[in-house]
Amino acid sequence: MLAGTPPAREATIVGIGQTAFEKSIDRSELALACDAVLAACDDCGLSVTDVDGVVRYDVEQTTEWDLIYALGVPHLNFFAGTPSGGGGVANTIVLAATAVESGLADHVVVYRARKRGRRSAFGSGPLEGGRPWAKVGTRPSGTQQYHHPFGLASPAQEMAIIARRHMHVYGTKAEHFGLQAVAQRRHAATNPAAIMRNPITLEDWSAARMIADPIRLVDCSLENDGAVALVVTTAERATDLRQPGVRVLAGAMGEHPIHTQLAVFLAETGAYSGRETGGRSIGHRLFGSAGVAPADVDVALIFDHFTMAVPLTLEQYGFCGEGEGGPFIESGATSWPDGRLPVNTHGGSNGEAFIHGVNHLPEAVRQLRGTAANQVPGCRLAFVNGSITDCSGAVLLAR
Amino acid sequence: MVREDFPKPPPTGDGVPFWAYAREHELRVQRCRDCGLHRFHPRPRCPRCRSEAADWVPCRGTGSVFSYTICYPPVLPAYASSVPYNVAVIELDEGPLMVSNVVDCPNEELEVGLPVEVCFVDVDEELTLPQFRPRR
Repeated sequence: MLAGTPPAREATIVGIGQTAFEKSIDRSELALACDAVLAACDDCGLSVTDVDGVVRYDVEQTTEWDLIYALGVPHLNFFAGTPSGGGGVANTIVLAATAVESGLADHVVVYRARKRGRRSAFGSGPLEGGRPWAKVGTRPSGTQQYHHPFGLASPAQEMAIIARRHMHVYGTKAEHFGLQAVAQRRHAATNPAAIMRNPITLEDWSAARMIADPIRLVDCSLENDGAVALVVTTAERATDLRQPGVRVLAGAMGEHPIHTQLAVFLAETGAYSGRETGGRSIGHRLFGSAGVAPADVDVALIFDHFTMAVPLTLEQYGFCGEGEGGPFIESGATSWPDGRLPVNTHGGSNGEAFIHGVNHLPEAVRQLRGTAANQVPGCRLAFVNGSITDCSGAVLLAR
Repeated sequence: MVREDFPKPPPTGDGVPFWAYAREHELRVQRCRDCGLHRFHPRPRCPRCRSEAADWVPCRGTGSVFSYTICYPPVLPAYASSVPYNVAVIELDEGPLMVSNVVDCPNEELEVGLPVEVCFVDVDEELTLPQFRPRR
């Protein structure tokens, strides 16, 4: 990933692990994190005592200490957190890859455990399970004071306003989001790990109840429990391990305006003026450093807190032209198996599960290993990104 | 009678003048004393020229709907009895965008570009919301 890295030290994903994904699991976030980390180590044949680096989301409630003292990891040489919520998906890998390629650590674990199901709150803090936005209380601080008194609090409401602006500027239709919801639910139907195994039609989508116009229930990420972990090491170490390694070909971070400052977000992006910001900036550096083009990507795992994020991401990263995300989806391009760029082949956040997007990473690894439930034939290059409404980033993974 | 769980701005911080002027039925935002940029939300420095010098200047109170949504459950408890209600982002004629609501307008008549003007709704003896209504 980093220019000048000797081939033997190139960052390689060797292990993936995940818990069951369910609406409610009667285990703590720490227990789920341990399950996922052990599964990831087991997947590649490493002992958890080999782990010497840990990367997590800043908002992750299972700390480095919680994890290593629960699992008996003897010492850490590297730890890092990534800001924002779903913006951090790919940045966890960027950080882990930076650690192993620089030599700071040899075996870095990335993890995210989350209890978000309706009955899963385990504390009164906004990040202690359940719906964060519903637990802010009556004195919202920071920029939330310019949202909450007007009844704007949930991410669905914020994304609806972003989506509406895109519809106004480009003629994008709500049905375009619906078609992506339908495609992902069809992918989930044939993924045994997915929570939502019953496919839906566009008619079902249009009958689903409105959450925040134009966003309907089936456009939303699921509220569920579960955990995911990955192990990143060097290419040289990977050759001794159980699974074929997946190379971190390129990674890039970027400041994307954040949805919790919606007025600023829209001032920066809502005119769609072609500014070099957010995914557009990340994408240019990402594809530039890898020497490949968006058209070379075989499968895309796109952060989809809401399905409206898919067309906007496709546009920003150059998978289609500005304003063409809706028609791109309508053409069937994002559907597995026939689309030219299958998106969220595991079913995404409205089909498989919502582990804050981190479950998109093991799906990319499975596609590159050739073991995905909905396998893209001959998959060689995968794209994974974080939320386009947070501090964000993206990676290109290759076999 | 407003519900006890109605969300209120915090008593300290950069936003205090904004809410205090709203209480006086005035819509004011910061304007940089050096480069003249109007900014909202309130911040300690101008994002264009980094100056700390700023005045809280009155806005004309006119603008247009930049985008909007209609909210259905789940919503904040204080808004549960108001669904479906709108939230709109207003583009003020001075430039900044601002989250608010459009009142005196059926939800189905809301549209991007709708010209609006500010009006003030006293929530209780502590809080006043600057909201907007269609300009006729």
